[in-house]
Amino acid sequence: MSTHGPLSEEGLVRLLSHTGERLDHPDFGRYAADLDPVRLRRMWHDMTVVRAFDQEATSLQRQGELGLWVQAVGQEAAQIGSGHALRPSDFVFPSYREHAVAHTRGVDLPEILRIFRGLQHGAWDPAAHGFHLYTLVIGAHALHATGYAMAMARDGLVGTGQDSDGAVVCYFGDGATSQGDVNEALTFAAVNDAPIVFFVQNNQFAISESTTRQSRVPLAQRGAGFGVPSVRVDGNDVIASYAVTQWALQHARSGAGPVLIEAFTYRMGAHTTSDDPTRYRSHADEAYWAERDPIARLEAYLRSIGELSDEAVEAARAEAKELGRRTRETVKAWSRPETATMFDHVYAEPHATVAAERAWFSRYERSFADQGAHA
Amino acid sequence: MTTMTMAGAINRGLRAAMERDPKVLLMGEDIGQLGGVFRVTDGLWKDFGGDRVMDTPLAESGIVGTAIGMAMRGYRPVIEIQFDGFIFPAYNQITTQLAKMHYRSQGMITLPVVIRVPFAGGIGAVEHHSESPEALFAHTAGLRVISPATPQDAFDMIQQAIASPDPVLFLEPKARYWDKGEVEESRIAAQLEGEHAAAAATAEMSRGRVAREGSDVTLVAYGPTMRLALQAAEVAGADGTSVEVIDLRSVSPLDSDTVLRSAKRTGRVVIVHEAPTAFGPGAELSARITEQAFFHLHAPVLRVGGFHAPYPGSKLEHDYLPSLDRVLDAVDRVMTH
Repeated sequence: MSTHGPLSEEGLVRLLSHTGERLDHPDFGRYAADLDPVRLRRMWHDMTVVRAFDQEATSLQRQGELGLWVQAVGQEAAQIGSGHALRPSDFVFPSYREHAVAHTRGVDLPEILRIFRGLQHGAWDPAAHGFHLYTLVIGAHALHATGYAMAMARDGLVGTGQDSDGAVVCYFGDGATSQGDVNEALTFAAVNDAPIVFFVQNNQFAISESTTRQSRVPLAQRGAGFGVPSVRVDGNDVIASYAVTQWALQHARSGAGPVLIEAFTYRMGAHTTSDDPTRYRSHADEAYWAERDPIARLEAYLRSIGELSDEAVEAARAEAKELGRRTRETVKAWSRPETATMFDHVYAEPHATVAAERAWFSRYERSFADQGAHA
Repeated sequence: MTTMTMAGAINRGLRAAMERDPKVLLMGEDIGQLGGVFRVTDGLWKDFGGDRVMDTPLAESGIVGTAIGMAMRGYRPVIEIQFDGFIFPAYNQITTQLAKMHYRSQGMITLPVVIRVPFAGGIGAVEHHSESPEALFAHTAGLRVISPATPQDAFDMIQQAIASPDPVLFLEPKARYWDKGEVEESRIAAQLEGEHAAAAATAEMSRGRVAREGSDVTLVAYGPTMRLALQAAEVAGADGTSVEVIDLRSVSPLDSDTVLRSAKRTGRVVIVHEAPTAFGPGAELSARITEQAFFHLHAPVLRVGGFHAPYPGSKLEHDYLPSLDRVLDAVDRVMTH
């Protein structure tokens, strides 16, 4: 792999080697000190369950039950590690691949599929979960996240040292770092000392384009130009992902301003179920990253210290299987929303055009019912 | 009653809204110490401080995008976009995010964001400083688009826009900023302190009004062209043609009921706006009149507006913009059809 440029693996914070040996780090090691075997097992369990869900969703798309699915396979460590560092007082702005983060915020995974079955565009209550809706316009939500963080600071929710202190974590990908909105978000966050952690998952691809089409330098280096402290972490290392996010959140919650994390990972699946990665990447590349699978790495470590029993593995497998069954049944049981609901919530207050079109459409639909009655 | 310019009335309206609700914040470029390039926010930074009258980085998408995030936490940001032509860096945030968040969240999130835009031409400006992009926003579901034509409406409607739970494009006819009029301040204060204030405010700012009664021709205008429309009605009246003038006040929603009531009486309609006529608000209104009042019409509905050409250099703008002659020509054509 490259030794310089945006795909370099130099300088990554790493606390677990890809073969599962525990490492220390002079600056960030202490931020993982609270990860006892119980919590690590919980993380492993979450990663395992989310991957099984992800694979089930892919199957459902292949069977025609979903219009599209956006796989997160390979990015579980970056998402579960950072997700486990969050508190209820924090607020997350995801992009659209953060299913594992959603899981850590208490979103019931099958609910996400409402979006991909085409029932609706948003599928959970953002306020209830501290987890905003998915945003499909790349990078647009980075500004919402920044404004939300600015408002949290105004509301006195940072820098008190209490558990009520919070911060925003905004997830986006390598491609988004080229968007104006992300660069504007870094500017606004920096000059306002907004309590926000920009969490870039560099999964090395924006659909087919390598990160080398987005940047000449590692993405974390972008932070310096904005005056935003930044760190590059091995995104396939769940312990290091947790540690750097703890550090970043503590920084942001204290009122010290924004932080940028680049989690260097690999999108093991396709961009979406509509994509064909064989057209733009090699089997050798995929094999290299298969050896760095984030779940296998943690599993190897837990087994090596005698903290993952066959029973625990079997239990997780059973739970994953049950989640798969529940996901299938849930998805297939959803009925198409009433057509008239497409006129709901266009505005918060009545709008004459919407009202007139809704009324017209209702008359139009009823005209068929009347014909049926006379036939 | 107090005599105010339109700019002064907006300033007074902003002040009243900020005093009424501590969640109201102003955001924009040069709106703080400078008071805005048109001085519409003059004095507010001094009285409310930089936390509530925020000079932002020079990035329109960033202003709208961060306002969305603040609105999600219960703030009511009022943005100033410096000039009409500079709204386009924010066009994505406005149309894909601000307009759609309420729908995307199935009503769980409301975004009471007001975007103030000095718009339209006639001030001898350079490129991008004289445009009328209202059709682009009226075409996007989820946005409200309103424009005052008098100091009284400017004072009332800016406060109603702020009270509304929906995102509002508040288009300020910049050539009319220094026109004076009488403003009564207590009625709107009572409305906004009353029960169902948001509903009442939203409904009222969405309605057009008959600005001058007449019987032969219905002349429809709003914001920047209202003064011209009233002037045309005066001249036509002297020539024996009775012109009813309707001030739409709102482009989205479009109060076609008020127009239709008049059109069914007069049977002749002329629509005047500075925006290009092609695919413009007048095209929509004309279609609605044809659909709903076809058999009342004595003549085709005519439009007078900007051309399908970029806004020209200022030496040519008076031929690009609707003029008294062009409006009277259209009135003549519907009368003699």
